[in-house]
Amino acid sequence: MSKNWPLWEIFVRSKNGLEHRHFGSLHASDAEMALENARDVYTRRSEGVSIWVVESTNITASNPEHNGELFEPAQDKVYRHPTFYDLPDEVKHM
Amino acid sequence: MSNEQIKNLEEIFEARIARDEKIEPKDWMPEKYRKTHIRQMSQHAHSEIVGMLPEGNWITRAPSLRRKAALLAKVQDEAGHGLYLYSACETLGVSRDELYEQLHSGKAKYSSIFNYPTVTWADMGAVGWLVDGAAIINQVPLCNTSFGPYARAMVRVCKEESFHQRQGFEIMLKLCNGSQEQKDMAQDALNRWWWPSLMMLGPTDAESIHTEQSMKWKLKRKSNDDLRQQFIDQTVPQAELLGLTIPDPDLKWNDEKGVYDFGEINWDEFWQVVKGHGPCNKQRMKARVSAWENGEWVRDAAMAYADKKEARKLKEAI
Ligand SMILES: [Fe+2]
Ligand SMILES: [Fe+2]
Repeated sequence: MSKNWPLWEIFVRSKNGLEHRHFGSLHASDAEMALENARDVYTRRSEGVSIWVVESTNITASNPEHNGELFEPAQDKVYRHPTFYDLPDEVKHM
Repeated sequence: MSNEQIKNLEEIFEARIARDEKIEPKDWMPEKYRKTHIRQMSQHAHSEIVGMLPEGNWITRAPSLRRKAALLAKVQDEAGHGLYLYSACETLGVSRDELYEQLHSGKAKYSSIFNYPTVTWADMGAVGWLVDGAAIINQVPLCNTSFGPYARAMVRVCKEESFHQRQGFEIMLKLCNGSQEQKDMAQDALNRWWWPSLMMLGPTDAESIHTEQSMKWKLKRKSNDDLRQQFIDQTVPQAELLGLTIPDPDLKWNDEKGVYDFGEINWDEFWQVVKGHGPCNKQRMKARVSAWENGEWVRDAAMAYADKKEARKLKEAI
Protein backbone atom coordinates (compact mmCIF):
# COMPACT_ATOMS: atom_id res chain seq x y z
CA MET A 1 0.00 0.00 0.00
CA SER A 2 1.15 3.50 -0.70
CA LYS A 3 2.21 6.03 1.89
CA ASN A 4 -0.59 8.16 3.37
CA TRP A 5 -0.46 11.93 3.42
CA PRO A 6 0.59 13.13 6.87
CA LEU A 7 -1.67 15.12 9.20
CA TRP A 8 -1.11 18.87 9.73
CA GLU A 9 -2.45 21.14 12.46
CA ILE A 10 -3.79 24.44 11.20
CA PHE A 11 -3.48 27.75 13.06
CA VAL A 12 -5.20 30.87 11.74
CA ARG A 13 -4.80 34.54 12.68
CA SER A 14 -8.27 35.96 12.10
CA LYS A 15 -7.03 39.56 11.94
CA ASN A 16 -3.90 41.50 12.67
CA GLY A 17 -3.60 42.20 16.36
CA LEU A 18 -4.92 38.76 17.31
CA GLU A 19 -2.90 35.59 17.90
CA HIS A 20 -2.98 32.52 15.67
CA ARG A 21 -5.58 30.09 16.99
CA HIS A 22 -5.90 26.35 16.39
CA PHE A 23 -8.64 25.76 13.80
CA GLY A 24 -8.38 22.02 13.14
CA SER A 25 -6.29 19.67 11.06
CA LEU A 26 -6.04 18.25 7.57
CA HIS A 27 -4.00 15.88 5.44
CA ALA A 28 -1.51 17.09 2.83
CA SER A 29 1.61 15.72 1.15
CA ASP A 30 3.79 18.68 2.19
CA ALA A 31 3.69 22.04 3.97
CA GLU A 32 2.92 23.98 0.84
CA MET A 33 -0.11 21.83 0.04
CA ALA A 34 -1.18 22.00 3.68
CA LEU A 35 -1.23 25.81 3.39
CA GLU A 36 -3.26 25.71 0.19
CA ASN A 37 -5.73 23.19 1.59
CA ALA A 38 -6.01 25.15 4.83
CA ARG A 39 -6.98 28.22 2.79
CA ASP A 40 -9.83 26.24 1.21
CA VAL A 41 -10.95 24.29 4.26
CA TYR A 42 -10.70 26.90 7.00
CA THR A 43 -10.86 30.35 5.42
CA ARG A 44 -13.62 30.24 2.79
CA ARG A 45 -15.33 33.25 4.36
CA SER A 46 -12.38 35.53 5.12
CA GLU A 47 -11.81 33.94 8.51
CA GLY A 48 -8.10 34.67 8.37
CA VAL A 49 -5.20 36.87 7.29
CA SER A 50 -2.41 34.44 8.14
CA ILE A 51 -2.05 30.67 8.39
CA TRP A 52 0.50 28.47 10.16
CA VAL A 53 0.72 24.77 9.40
CA VAL A 54 2.60 22.36 11.67
CA GLU A 55 2.96 18.67 11.04
CA SER A 56 1.02 17.00 13.87
CA THR A 57 3.86 14.64 14.78
CA ASN A 58 5.95 17.70 15.69
CA ILE A 59 3.63 18.73 18.50
CA THR A 60 4.41 17.59 22.01
CA ALA A 61 1.36 17.79 24.26
CA SER A 62 1.11 17.59 28.03
CA ASN A 63 -0.67 14.56 29.40
CA PRO A 64 -3.97 15.36 31.16
CA GLU A 65 -3.16 12.61 33.65
CA HIS A 66 -0.34 14.82 34.92
CA ASN A 67 -2.56 17.87 35.25
CA GLY A 68 -2.36 17.62 39.03
CA GLU A 69 1.41 17.99 39.40
CA LEU A 70 1.55 20.38 36.42
CA PHE A 71 -1.16 22.89 37.22
CA GLU A 72 -2.28 22.47 40.81
CA PRO A 73 0.78 24.17 42.37
CA ALA A 74 -0.60 27.46 41.01
CA GLN A 75 -3.79 27.07 42.99
CA ASP A 76 -2.35 27.78 46.45
CA LYS A 77 -0.39 30.84 45.32
CA VAL A 78 -3.14 33.34 45.90
CA TYR A 79 -0.51 36.02 46.61
CA ARG A 80 -0.01 36.20 42.84
CA HIS A 81 -3.37 37.92 42.56
CA PRO A 82 -4.03 41.58 43.41
CA THR A 83 -7.03 40.77 45.60
CA PHE A 84 -4.70 39.02 48.10
CA TYR A 85 -3.48 42.37 49.40
CA ASP A 86 -5.60 44.25 51.98
CA LEU A 87 -5.60 47.96 51.35
CA PRO A 88 -7.86 50.63 52.88
CA ASP A 89 -10.67 51.92 50.66
CA GLU A 90 -9.19 55.42 50.73
CA VAL A 91 -6.32 54.33 48.50
CA LYS A 92 -7.33 55.32 44.98
CA HIS A 93 -6.00 54.33 41.56
CA MET A 94 -4.52 51.04 42.66
CA MET B 1 -6.64 -1.26 36.05
CA SER B 2 -9.13 -3.02 38.33
CA ASN B 3 -12.85 -2.95 37.66
CA GLU B 4 -13.30 -0.87 40.78
CA GLN B 5 -10.82 1.75 39.55
CA ILE B 6 -12.51 1.89 36.16
CA LYS B 7 -15.90 2.34 37.78
CA ASN B 8 -14.49 5.14 39.86
CA LEU B 9 -13.02 6.86 36.78
CA GLU B 10 -16.31 6.45 34.97
CA GLU B 11 -18.17 8.17 37.79
CA ILE B 12 -15.75 11.09 37.76
CA PHE B 13 -16.11 11.23 33.98
CA GLU B 14 -19.92 11.26 33.99
CA ALA B 15 -19.88 13.93 36.69
CA ARG B 16 -17.65 16.14 34.54
CA ILE B 17 -20.11 15.91 31.67
CA ALA B 18 -23.04 16.56 33.98
CA ARG B 19 -21.23 19.75 35.11
CA ASP B 20 -21.03 20.77 31.43
CA GLU B 21 -17.26 20.30 31.32
CA LYS B 22 -15.87 19.43 27.90
CA ILE B 23 -13.98 16.23 27.23
CA GLU B 24 -10.80 16.68 25.17
CA PRO B 25 -9.12 13.95 23.09
CA LYS B 26 -6.29 13.06 25.49
CA ASP B 27 -8.55 12.91 28.56
CA TRP B 28 -9.40 9.54 30.02
CA MET B 29 -12.72 8.31 28.64
CA PRO B 30 -14.71 5.07 28.80
CA GLU B 31 -14.09 2.87 25.77
CA LYS B 32 -17.78 3.06 24.95
CA TYR B 33 -17.65 6.86 24.83
CA ARG B 34 -14.73 6.71 22.40
CA LYS B 35 -16.39 4.12 20.17
CA THR B 36 -19.76 5.85 20.15
CA HIS B 37 -18.12 9.14 19.20
CA ILE B 38 -16.07 7.61 16.43
CA ARG B 39 -19.23 6.01 15.09
CA GLN B 40 -21.42 9.10 15.26
CA MET B 41 -18.81 11.62 14.07
CA SER B 42 -17.67 9.44 11.18
CA GLN B 43 -21.26 8.75 10.16
CA HIS B 44 -21.80 12.47 10.19
CA ALA B 45 -18.63 13.08 8.13
CA HIS B 46 -19.62 10.41 5.60
CA SER B 47 -23.06 12.04 5.25
CA GLU B 48 -21.48 15.40 4.42
CA ILE B 49 -19.24 13.80 1.80
CA VAL B 50 -21.86 11.55 0.18
CA GLY B 51 -24.27 14.49 0.46
CA MET B 52 -22.23 16.32 -2.17
CA LEU B 53 -23.25 13.82 -4.85
CA PRO B 54 -26.98 14.55 -5.31
CA GLU B 55 -26.29 18.29 -5.59
CA GLY B 56 -23.08 17.92 -7.57
CA ASN B 57 -25.36 16.40 -10.19
CA TRP B 58 -26.78 19.86 -11.01
CA ILE B 59 -23.74 22.15 -10.85
CA THR B 60 -23.07 22.04 -14.60
CA ARG B 61 -26.76 22.50 -15.39
CA ALA B 62 -27.66 25.32 -13.00
CA PRO B 63 -29.99 27.77 -14.80
CA SER B 64 -27.83 30.87 -14.26
CA LEU B 65 -24.33 31.88 -13.23
CA ARG B 66 -25.69 33.18 -9.91
CA ARG B 67 -27.29 29.82 -9.10
CA LYS B 68 -24.21 27.95 -10.26
CA ALA B 69 -21.83 29.96 -8.08
CA ALA B 70 -24.13 29.48 -5.06
CA LEU B 71 -24.54 25.74 -5.60
CA LEU B 72 -20.82 25.29 -6.12
CA ALA B 73 -20.12 27.18 -2.89
CA LYS B 74 -22.68 25.09 -1.02
CA VAL B 75 -21.26 21.78 -2.23
CA GLN B 76 -17.76 23.01 -1.37
CA ASP B 77 -19.00 23.81 2.15
CA GLU B 78 -20.29 20.25 2.51
CA ALA B 79 -16.81 18.98 1.60
CA GLY B 80 -15.46 21.29 4.30
CA HIS B 81 -17.97 19.95 6.83
CA GLY B 82 -16.86 16.43 6.03
CA LEU B 83 -13.23 17.43 6.56
CA TYR B 84 -13.85 19.22 9.90
CA LEU B 85 -15.64 16.12 11.12
CA TYR B 86 -13.09 13.60 9.88
CA SER B 87 -10.34 15.55 11.60
CA ALA B 88 -12.38 15.73 14.83
CA CYS B 89 -12.82 11.96 14.57
CA GLU B 90 -9.10 11.38 14.05
CA THR B 91 -8.35 13.00 17.42
CA LEU B 92 -9.74 9.78 18.94
CA GLY B 93 -6.98 7.74 17.38
CA VAL B 94 -8.69 6.37 14.29
CA SER B 95 -7.00 7.09 10.94
CA ARG B 96 -8.58 8.74 7.92
CA ASP B 97 -7.85 5.64 5.88
CA GLU B 98 -9.74 3.41 8.31
CA LEU B 99 -12.70 5.77 8.15
CA TYR B 100 -12.76 5.72 4.35
CA GLU B 101 -12.39 1.97 4.39
CA GLN B 102 -15.45 1.70 6.67
CA LEU B 103 -17.49 3.84 4.29
CA HIS B 104 -16.34 2.08 1.13
CA SER B 105 -16.90 -1.41 2.51
CA GLY B 106 -20.42 -0.51 3.63
CA LYS B 107 -19.54 -1.04 7.29
CA ALA B 108 -20.25 2.60 8.15
CA LYS B 109 -23.57 4.27 7.46
CA TYR B 110 -24.39 7.71 6.15
CA SER B 111 -27.65 9.63 6.17
CA SER B 112 -30.09 7.65 4.03
CA ILE B 113 -31.63 10.76 2.49
CA PHE B 114 -28.70 11.01 0.08
CA ASN B 115 -29.81 7.77 -1.56
CA TYR B 116 -32.66 9.57 -3.27
CA PRO B 117 -32.15 10.94 -6.79
CA THR B 118 -32.19 14.64 -7.76
CA VAL B 119 -34.21 14.56 -10.97
CA THR B 120 -35.10 18.22 -11.62
CA TRP B 121 -33.63 21.64 -10.85
CA ALA B 122 -36.38 22.12 -8.25
CA ASP B 123 -34.72 19.35 -6.24
CA MET B 124 -31.85 21.77 -5.56
CA GLY B 125 -34.43 24.04 -3.97
CA ALA B 126 -36.12 21.27 -1.99
CA VAL B 127 -32.83 19.79 -0.79
CA GLY B 128 -31.52 23.13 0.49
CA TRP B 129 -34.82 24.05 2.09
CA LEU B 130 -35.81 20.67 3.60
CA VAL B 131 -32.69 18.52 3.87
CA ASP B 132 -30.39 21.29 5.09
CA GLY B 133 -33.30 22.53 7.20
CA ALA B 134 -33.61 19.15 8.92
CA ALA B 135 -29.81 18.96 9.23
CA ILE B 136 -29.75 22.33 11.03
CA ILE B 137 -32.34 21.10 13.51
CA ASN B 138 -30.18 18.05 14.18
CA GLN B 139 -26.92 19.99 14.37
CA VAL B 140 -27.65 23.10 16.42
CA PRO B 141 -27.96 21.16 19.72
CA LEU B 142 -24.62 19.46 18.95
CA CYS B 143 -22.77 22.76 19.30
CA ASN B 144 -23.01 22.05 23.06
CA THR B 145 -22.11 18.38 22.95
CA SER B 146 -19.60 17.07 25.49
CA PHE B 147 -16.70 16.16 23.19
CA GLY B 148 -14.72 19.35 22.52
CA PRO B 149 -13.55 18.72 18.94
CA TYR B 150 -17.06 17.68 17.86
CA ALA B 151 -18.67 20.72 19.48
CA ARG B 152 -16.13 23.08 17.86
CA ALA B 153 -16.65 21.50 14.43
CA MET B 154 -20.41 21.86 14.83
CA VAL B 155 -20.14 25.56 15.62
CA ARG B 156 -18.38 26.12 12.30
CA VAL B 157 -20.82 23.87 10.45
CA CYS B 158 -23.90 25.58 11.85
CA LYS B 159 -22.59 29.03 10.92
CA GLU B 160 -22.33 27.87 7.31
CA GLU B 161 -25.59 25.95 7.08
CA SER B 162 -27.95 28.89 7.17
CA PHE B 163 -26.79 30.06 3.73
CA HIS B 164 -27.52 26.56 2.42
CA GLN B 165 -31.09 26.61 3.56
CA ARG B 166 -31.72 30.17 2.41
CA GLN B 167 -30.34 29.55 -1.09
CA GLY B 168 -32.63 26.48 -1.34
CA PHE B 169 -35.68 28.38 -0.23
CA GLU B 170 -34.89 31.17 -2.69
CA ILE B 171 -34.83 28.63 -5.53
CA MET B 172 -38.26 27.37 -4.44
CA LEU B 173 -39.60 30.91 -4.12
CA LYS B 174 -38.45 31.81 -7.63
CA LEU B 175 -40.06 28.70 -9.11
CA CYS B 176 -43.29 29.27 -7.20
CA ASN B 177 -43.53 32.79 -8.56
CA GLY B 178 -42.85 31.56 -12.09
CA SER B 179 -44.91 29.78 -14.76
CA GLN B 180 -47.40 27.00 -13.97
CA GLU B 181 -44.83 24.49 -15.16
CA GLN B 182 -42.22 25.85 -12.76
CA LYS B 183 -44.67 25.81 -9.89
CA ASP B 184 -45.59 22.21 -10.69
CA MET B 185 -41.93 21.35 -10.67
CA ALA B 186 -41.55 22.85 -7.19
CA GLN B 187 -44.61 20.96 -5.93
CA ASP B 188 -43.29 17.72 -7.39
CA ALA B 189 -39.95 18.21 -5.62
CA LEU B 190 -41.72 18.85 -2.30
CA ASN B 191 -43.84 15.73 -2.83
CA ARG B 192 -40.75 13.59 -3.26
CA TRP B 193 -38.55 15.15 -0.52
CA TRP B 194 -41.08 15.71 2.27
CA TRP B 195 -41.29 12.20 3.71
CA PRO B 196 -37.60 11.33 3.36
CA SER B 197 -36.84 14.62 5.18
CA LEU B 198 -39.06 13.57 8.09
CA MET B 199 -37.32 10.19 8.18
CA MET B 200 -33.96 11.95 8.22
CA LEU B 201 -34.58 12.95 11.85
CA GLY B 202 -34.28 9.29 12.79
CA PRO B 203 -36.48 6.40 13.93
CA THR B 204 -39.26 7.06 16.46
CA ASP B 205 -38.24 7.31 20.12
CA ALA B 206 -39.77 3.89 20.78
CA GLU B 207 -37.41 2.36 18.17
CA SER B 208 -34.31 4.41 18.86
CA ILE B 209 -31.72 2.30 20.67
CA HIS B 210 -29.04 4.86 21.49
CA THR B 211 -31.11 7.70 22.87
CA GLU B 212 -30.66 7.40 26.62
CA GLN B 213 -26.88 7.06 26.68
CA SER B 214 -26.58 9.73 23.99
CA MET B 215 -28.65 12.15 26.05
CA LYS B 216 -26.31 11.69 29.02
CA TRP B 217 -23.27 12.43 26.86
CA LYS B 218 -25.06 15.36 25.22
CA LEU B 219 -24.68 13.72 21.83
CA LYS B 220 -28.38 14.22 21.72
CA ARG B 221 -30.33 16.89 23.56
CA LYS B 222 -33.80 16.31 22.18
CA SER B 223 -35.43 13.07 21.09
CA ASN B 224 -35.97 12.24 17.40
CA ASP B 225 -39.72 12.72 17.74
CA ASP B 226 -39.29 16.16 19.33
CA LEU B 227 -36.88 17.21 16.59
CA ARG B 228 -39.29 15.96 13.93
CA GLN B 229 -42.17 17.90 15.47
CA GLN B 230 -40.01 21.03 15.57
CA PHE B 231 -39.13 20.56 11.90
CA ILE B 232 -42.75 20.11 10.85
CA ASP B 233 -43.99 23.06 12.88
CA GLN B 234 -41.45 25.42 11.39
CA THR B 235 -41.69 24.12 7.82
CA VAL B 236 -45.46 24.05 7.28
CA PRO B 237 -45.83 27.86 7.39
CA GLN B 238 -42.89 28.16 4.97
CA ALA B 239 -44.69 25.86 2.51
CA GLU B 240 -47.81 27.99 2.87
CA LEU B 241 -45.76 31.06 2.05
CA LEU B 242 -44.60 29.34 -1.13
CA GLY B 243 -48.18 28.38 -1.96
CA LEU B 244 -47.27 24.68 -1.97
CA THR B 245 -49.17 21.77 -0.45
CA ILE B 246 -47.46 19.38 1.97
CA PRO B 247 -48.14 15.86 0.65
CA ASP B 248 -49.85 14.63 3.83
CA PRO B 249 -53.67 14.51 3.97
CA ASP B 250 -53.54 14.00 7.75
CA LEU B 251 -51.51 17.13 8.39
CA LYS B 252 -53.60 19.40 10.61
CA TRP B 253 -53.01 22.10 13.20
CA ASN B 254 -53.82 20.82 16.67
CA ASP B 255 -55.09 23.82 18.63
CA GLU B 256 -55.01 22.03 21.94
CA LYS B 257 -51.38 20.89 21.74
CA GLY B 258 -50.20 23.89 19.74
CA VAL B 259 -48.45 21.69 17.16
CA TYR B 260 -49.24 20.06 13.83
CA ASP B 261 -50.58 16.52 13.79
CA PHE B 262 -49.20 14.52 10.90
CA GLY B 263 -49.73 11.23 9.10
CA GLU B 264 -48.05 7.87 9.43
CA ILE B 265 -44.43 7.71 8.23
CA ASN B 266 -43.57 4.73 6.03
CA TRP B 267 -40.80 3.24 8.17
CA ASP B 268 -40.54 0.19 5.95
CA GLU B 269 -39.23 2.46 3.24
CA PHE B 270 -36.77 4.03 5.68
CA TRP B 271 -35.32 0.66 6.75
CA GLN B 272 -35.17 -0.52 3.16
CA VAL B 273 -33.05 2.49 2.23
CA VAL B 274 -30.87 2.10 5.32
CA LYS B 275 -30.27 -1.53 4.41
CA GLY B 276 -29.01 -0.51 0.98
CA HIS B 277 -32.09 -0.85 -1.17
CA GLY B 278 -32.82 2.83 -1.83
CA PRO B 279 -32.96 4.21 -5.36
CA CYS B 280 -29.31 5.37 -5.43
CA ASN B 281 -27.37 3.45 -2.74
CA LYS B 282 -25.26 1.55 -5.26
CA GLN B 283 -24.65 4.59 -7.42
CA ARG B 284 -23.50 6.70 -4.46
CA MET B 285 -21.11 4.07 -3.18
CA LYS B 286 -19.73 3.47 -6.64
CA ALA B 287 -19.04 7.19 -7.08
CA ARG B 288 -17.18 7.39 -3.74
CA VAL B 289 -15.14 4.24 -4.28
CA SER B 290 -14.15 5.14 -7.81
CA ALA B 291 -13.16 8.68 -6.76
CA TRP B 292 -10.91 7.13 -4.12
CA GLU B 293 -9.43 4.49 -6.41
CA ASN B 294 -8.96 6.73 -9.43
CA GLY B 295 -7.35 9.35 -7.21
CA GLU B 296 -4.74 6.98 -5.88
CA TRP B 297 -2.08 7.78 -8.47
CA VAL B 298 -2.54 11.50 -7.75
CA ARG B 299 -2.07 10.98 -4.02
CA ASP B 300 0.99 8.80 -4.67
CA ALA B 301 2.51 11.29 -7.10
CA ALA B 302 2.04 14.17 -4.63
CA MET B 303 3.71 12.14 -1.89
CA ALA B 304 6.59 11.11 -4.16
CA TYR B 305 7.10 14.74 -5.15
CA ALA B 306 7.10 15.85 -1.50
CA ASP B 307 9.68 13.18 -0.63
CA LYS B 308 11.86 14.21 -3.57
CA LYS B 309 11.76 17.87 -2.57
CA GLU B 310 12.63 16.95 1.01
CA ALA B 311 15.57 14.82 -0.14
CA ARG B 312 16.87 17.63 -2.35
CA LYS B 313 16.66 20.09 0.51
CA LEU B 314 18.68 17.76 2.73
CA LYS B 315 21.30 17.28 0.05
CA GLU B 316 21.69 21.01 -0.47
CA ALA B 317 22.08 21.50 3.26
CA ILE B 318 25.05 19.13 3.24
FE1 LIG C 1 -23.22 20.26 5.88
FE1 LIG D 1 -25.57 22.03 4.20
